[in-house]
Amino acid sequence: MKKDLTATAVGLIVLTLVLGLLYPLAVTGVGQVVFNDAANGSQIRVDGKVVGSRLLGQGFSRAEYFHSRPSQSDYNPSATFFSNAGPNGADTRDAIARYAAAYLKTEGRYDPGLTRAQIPPDAVQTSASGVDPQITVANARIQAHRIAAVRRLPLDRVNRLIDDHTDGRGLGLFGEPGVNVLELNLALDKETR
Amino acid sequence: MTVQGWIQILVFFAVLTALTPLLGAYMHRVFRGDAILGSVLGPVERGFYRLLRVDPRQEQDWKGYARSALIFSLGSWLLLYAILRLQGSLPFNPAGFGGAPADVTFNTSSSFVANTNWQYYAGETTMSNFSQMAGLAVQNFLSAAVGIAVVIAVIRGFSARSLKTLGNFWSDLTRATLYVLLPLAFVIALFFVSQGLAQSLSPAQAFTSLEGVKGVITLGPVASQEAIKLLGTNGGGFFNVNSAMPFENASGLTNAVSMLAILIVPAALTATFGRMVGNRRQGWMIYGAMFAFFAVAVAIVYAAESHGSPAQQLAGIHGGNMEGKETRFGIGSSSLFAVVTTVASCGAVNAAMESLTGIGGAIPMANMMTGEVIFGGVGSGLYGMLMFVILAVFIAGLMVGRTPEYLGKKIGAREIKLTMIGTLAVPLFVLIATAAAIASRYGLKSIYNGGPQGFSETLYAYTSQANNNGSAFAGYTGFIQPNAPGNAGSFGITFADLLGGGAMLVGRFLPLVVVLAIGGALAGRKVAPAGPGTMRTDTPTFGGLTVGTILLVALLTFVPALLLGPVVQGLTDRMF
Amino acid sequence: MTALSGPASSAQQPAQGGMPRGHDGSGRPTRSLLEPAILRTALLDSLRKLDPRAMIRNPVMFVVEIGALLTTVVWLVQALGGSISGAGSDPAWYTLTVSVWLWLTVIFGNFAEAIAEGRGRAQAATLRAMRSETTARLRDGGTKNAGELMPGDVVVVLAGEAIPGDGTVVKGIASVDESAITGESAPVIREAGGDRSAVTGGTRVLSDEIHVEITQKPGESFLDRMIALVEGASRRKTPNEIALGILLAGLSLIFLVVVVTLRPFADYAGTATSLATLISLLVALIPTTIGALLSAIGIAGMDRLVRRNVLALSGRAVEASGDVDVLLLDKTGTITLGNRQASEFVPMPGVSERELAEAAQLASLADETPEGRSIVVLAKEKLGIRARELGEHEAEFVPFTAQTRMSGVDLDGVRLRKGAGDAIERWIAAEGGTTPPQLRAELDRIARDGGTPLAVARDNQALGVVHLQDVVKEGMRERFDHLRAMGIRTVMVTGDNPLTAAKIAQEAGVDDFLAEATPEAKLALIREHQEGGRMVAMTGDGTNDAPALAQADVGVAMNTGTQAAREAGNMVDLDSNPTKLIEIVEVGKQLLITRGALTTFSIANDVAKYFAILPAIFASTYALAGSTTGPLDQLNVMNLGTPRSAIISAIVFNALVIPLLVPLALRGVKFRPVGATQLLRRNLLVYGLGGLIAPFAGIKLVDLVVHNLLGA
Repeated sequence: MKKDLTATAVGLIVLTLVLGLLYPLAVTGVGQVVFNDAANGSQIRVDGKVVGSRLLGQGFSRAEYFHSRPSQSDYNPSATFFSNAGPNGADTRDAIARYAAAYLKTEGRYDPGLTRAQIPPDAVQTSASGVDPQITVANARIQAHRIAAVRRLPLDRVNRLIDDHTDGRGLGLFGEPGVNVLELNLALDKETR
Repeated sequence: MTVQGWIQILVFFAVLTALTPLLGAYMHRVFRGDAILGSVLGPVERGFYRLLRVDPRQEQDWKGYARSALIFSLGSWLLLYAILRLQGSLPFNPAGFGGAPADVTFNTSSSFVANTNWQYYAGETTMSNFSQMAGLAVQNFLSAAVGIAVVIAVIRGFSARSLKTLGNFWSDLTRATLYVLLPLAFVIALFFVSQGLAQSLSPAQAFTSLEGVKGVITLGPVASQEAIKLLGTNGGGFFNVNSAMPFENASGLTNAVSMLAILIVPAALTATFGRMVGNRRQGWMIYGAMFAFFAVAVAIVYAAESHGSPAQQLAGIHGGNMEGKETRFGIGSSSLFAVVTTVASCGAVNAAMESLTGIGGAIPMANMMTGEVIFGGVGSGLYGMLMFVILAVFIAGLMVGRTPEYLGKKIGAREIKLTMIGTLAVPLFVLIATAAAIASRYGLKSIYNGGPQGFSETLYAYTSQANNNGSAFAGYTGFIQPNAPGNAGSFGITFADLLGGGAMLVGRFLPLVVVLAIGGALAGRKVAPAGPGTMRTDTPTFGGLTVGTILLVALLTFVPALLLGPVVQGLTDRMF
Repeated sequence: MTALSGPASSAQQPAQGGMPRGHDGSGRPTRSLLEPAILRTALLDSLRKLDPRAMIRNPVMFVVEIGALLTTVVWLVQALGGSISGAGSDPAWYTLTVSVWLWLTVIFGNFAEAIAEGRGRAQAATLRAMRSETTARLRDGGTKNAGELMPGDVVVVLAGEAIPGDGTVVKGIASVDESAITGESAPVIREAGGDRSAVTGGTRVLSDEIHVEITQKPGESFLDRMIALVEGASRRKTPNEIALGILLAGLSLIFLVVVVTLRPFADYAGTATSLATLISLLVALIPTTIGALLSAIGIAGMDRLVRRNVLALSGRAVEASGDVDVLLLDKTGTITLGNRQASEFVPMPGVSERELAEAAQLASLADETPEGRSIVVLAKEKLGIRARELGEHEAEFVPFTAQTRMSGVDLDGVRLRKGAGDAIERWIAAEGGTTPPQLRAELDRIARDGGTPLAVARDNQALGVVHLQDVVKEGMRERFDHLRAMGIRTVMVTGDNPLTAAKIAQEAGVDDFLAEATPEAKLALIREHQEGGRMVAMTGDGTNDAPALAQADVGVAMNTGTQAAREAGNMVDLDSNPTKLIEIVEVGKQLLITRGALTTFSIANDVAKYFAILPAIFASTYALAGSTTGPLDQLNVMNLGTPRSAIISAIVFNALVIPLLVPLALRGVKFRPVGATQLLRRNLLVYGLGGLIAPFAGIKLVDLVVHNLLGA
């Protein structure tokens, strides 16, 4: 009993130092030196100012930008939460219907054949993180009509930009391809500046 | 469902199966005392024993072993509680958070010491970096190490050693940490950093979005905590949305590695088991039984999610259910992750569990309701599984006309009594806690959604906590946090915090002690050599029987509850 | 045992190949499963057993009884026009139906136990009838009531009298009729000293007079114990039964909580649940099938042994016999026919076959053992030498002793000897002669061939060797193959030398043998196997077998054996048939298999019952406005008529399955001597898969009656 108490007390102090400080500091040290950009959140700077991170989605409402997926947390990366919308919730249905109506209204003007049934689910259902940096390629292709019109770019050109900013599956296998919205919009800005 | 989706699932299955015997063999060597890393880390190990003043060769009987494990866990709990409550006066607190209320902290401390990582708090708005690193992440290591140590001790009891003892707790704890968890975590953490997971101690970075909205990028020692959160089947995220947050899980690749990190230690322990009892097929039989559940669960969830939710269909949207899922993972990786994290008692999530379809949400619950024995928690999964194997051996053993025996050791009334306590106490607790919560106004306060979904939230909460999983139908809450600086004005829902905290402690330590007692009872018992008249426990027939026993003894208990929660939603288009 | 001592118990062993004798020949009537007289008593008993003080020993059925009681109270209140919250919206007929069937469930369970006990009791009555109250005549004069005899009392029993109690013959020899307990009509010889000294109370002396020292305490005689055992009165739960009981109680507890918590769950879903319905669900879920049949299985297992004329002194021993890994079998009388036969005369150089045969015959004239007689017969048949009358000669017979290990005759100054090879060699050496090398060679050759060589000498001259052959019983090889398939190793124990033993072992097909066995070697062999974690069974009869019988996990003493042997073993075979061990093992296995199979069946049944009851309870839960059925009604896969008919059908099926399985419980699941893996696969298929599927059909069938015919 006394032996256990001593071992517990000493053990916890030593292990807290090793696992709680030494280990994370060692990872931080190596990470900061070797993978400095990634370790600090893959920040994107424009003219020396931080405009966001390539890993964090942000809200876009202007017509000349590709729009991110709906976010429950208003794209706040420092206080994240899900919608927790249930699969059979009337609220869920209404929210999706609202997002769908807005999407149809926004995109339908530039893509007249667009029907509700064609809307990709990611465009009208909130992401898990609230800061999903990506949209599906299908979603981007629909929005491309609007971008091309507003930015007065050929649709092909926009589609090529989409391809350039589409991240593939991990090792070609894991996950799904997605279009990085922030990077794509930055590229658009560069393109039409 | 897509071909691509299935290919990634099958590749994942294959990689996991291939790595299992490798890590299993390595751990076997570690606990035999000749780890490959021994030449480098040996002096560290021996120095640690000197500091602790323990003799690693001094064997303990089951009571001694259990006492050490319990005292160590109690010490861990007290230390963690103190750190979390006092974080306001401790360093590495860039955001200046105060301590969370006592009831929430009781829940959180119990949660991390019990290897559960149920979180009523939102990490990035509650915890200082010191609390995350020195408090929570340390317990991510230690609770996992305790689990591994205990299962190794129990296996010694099952194996043909002549000793009546189970080993030395301090030695097993040290080896699990030093040779298994720490090196693996370090490698995985560095890989994660390279893939974009944040790892920084600098204060948050302000930014202005392209459309001029000001925001803050919260950074922290994420990757280092992430690695052990997965590896130790802990699951407590740095951020509130856990592994859905890109800083915790940046891409399809990090997601795959994350899932592998969750399952690899529990899976490999089956191989360690096989080696320790001197018959690797025994290990593969257990792996096979676990895998069967796992594969079926993945198929069901993937199919259900691909089908879409009634809410979205009624809103006129075709395609899979993307509510609460991330684009980079899609339906396939999200479904696989939801199953991986619930078959293992991890509880990390890369999608909102509450937004899964009815059937898609029933499966994760069912996974946990098995008692977290399909891979399960690090160590605890295997020892839980061994109890079901004993039950299967007992019922089937009678059917071949012999007193049931497992690995040549006769299973008697004492073992059955202990096994019944070990396997049934937790389901009992889940049912009673859920009933208490659903029937009382104190419990109803925590519910977010109405109708069957509210019932599912409650059922999920107590299932997850008592089985030490930690994932949630996250609408269910025990902590009200207004978005004010320093957590001003926040308060806990005491009923949910205490009941849940109690569930986690019972769910962790009762089976732990019981299974050590079983190991102790079997230790040193004479081993009867196997003959044609002994029932073989390393065959597919027996694997199927084990699966059947888990289905009939564990899952049957929860059928009525599952019907009234997720299943009823899965069977209807009605909106609630 | 030495070469010439002859089989210890060749006395009256007729068993050919150890085939089980039908009970018809046992002297006791064979009973059909459902004899009217037994049925009648059993029905009464099953009502008497409703006493809660008795019921509580069976937790599963106790829960059912409490449930029945509660629903009855609810019905009474309803019938009297009162209102009770537990009734919900149930009509009184529904509550009544449920409560009647719950009572029936309990009664069926009691009935199963009562019928098993009844069958035993009928046997006991037969036994008791012959335990006539006799007055014992003490040797020291005076008389004593048979029931008051104490160990140490010596009684005198004359021809025509019944032996008043268990004991050992201390003086005299008599033929005894033991048919009352063994069913064997031929009288047996009981004599003082030796291995045939034990007598049993209740048996009858036919001739002569014996003095018997009583060894039993009052009320603990063999007969008493036998009666108590078949009646089930002294039945203590066996280790496996206790473990199974814990499992069943645990399952009952968890299902109790499932049902209790279902109430608040249903309330949250806005669904009313009545007491009768919830209790029906509980009773359907808890393992009532095995709970009701468990004790009947145990009693019936014991009964099966008794019917095979084996008396187990504890249920634990019966169970242990199912676990046996190693069987030690005496060669003589078990594997081979008790008597070896002379088959060949092998003369030494310079000696004619006739000369040898004549000498051997003369030396055997006084030898009444089967071996001795077979030599006389062989000499006559092969060489036409008639057994001579020795009346006019001066003949002195030399009997066999354990020290000399030879026998023979001194005839007109010529000394003829026959005996074990080394004994004869020593004799010749002592007489100053030399043995030709051919003698040793022949001795070894015969031994190698599995025979027993007997050397024959005339004074100091070795005449030759008589070849005695062991005859292995028919069908033994198949039996041992069966045992091997069951995973049981057979070890032949013999006093023969290793060469002979190896040959016979090979011929009989046993796995191993112990040659030149002494009681010590036997004991050591048992210990060695037990050290290796194996369970050992053996048979024995002599006093020198007692330590080994006690050491073995299953020791079957022959009823013809000594009292010491009978006390040391944990079973007594009244037929004294050494191959009975094989049947005992099968009965033990059958007992465990029956328990396991019905447990599996019982648990597997729950799936179908869920599919019957849960959709019924929640048929209208979360129904859309204007509809009477909700989403969970889709789970009514059996398409049962109405929610109430569904619930009634489930509990009716649950109750009916108990009497339907009573014959199986009493008879036991058929045992097949195949490997464990095959056995497991088969039983899983029949009782596991069968247990999943059968109730779907059964419940549907009952519902067709309850709903379509009776309109519920």
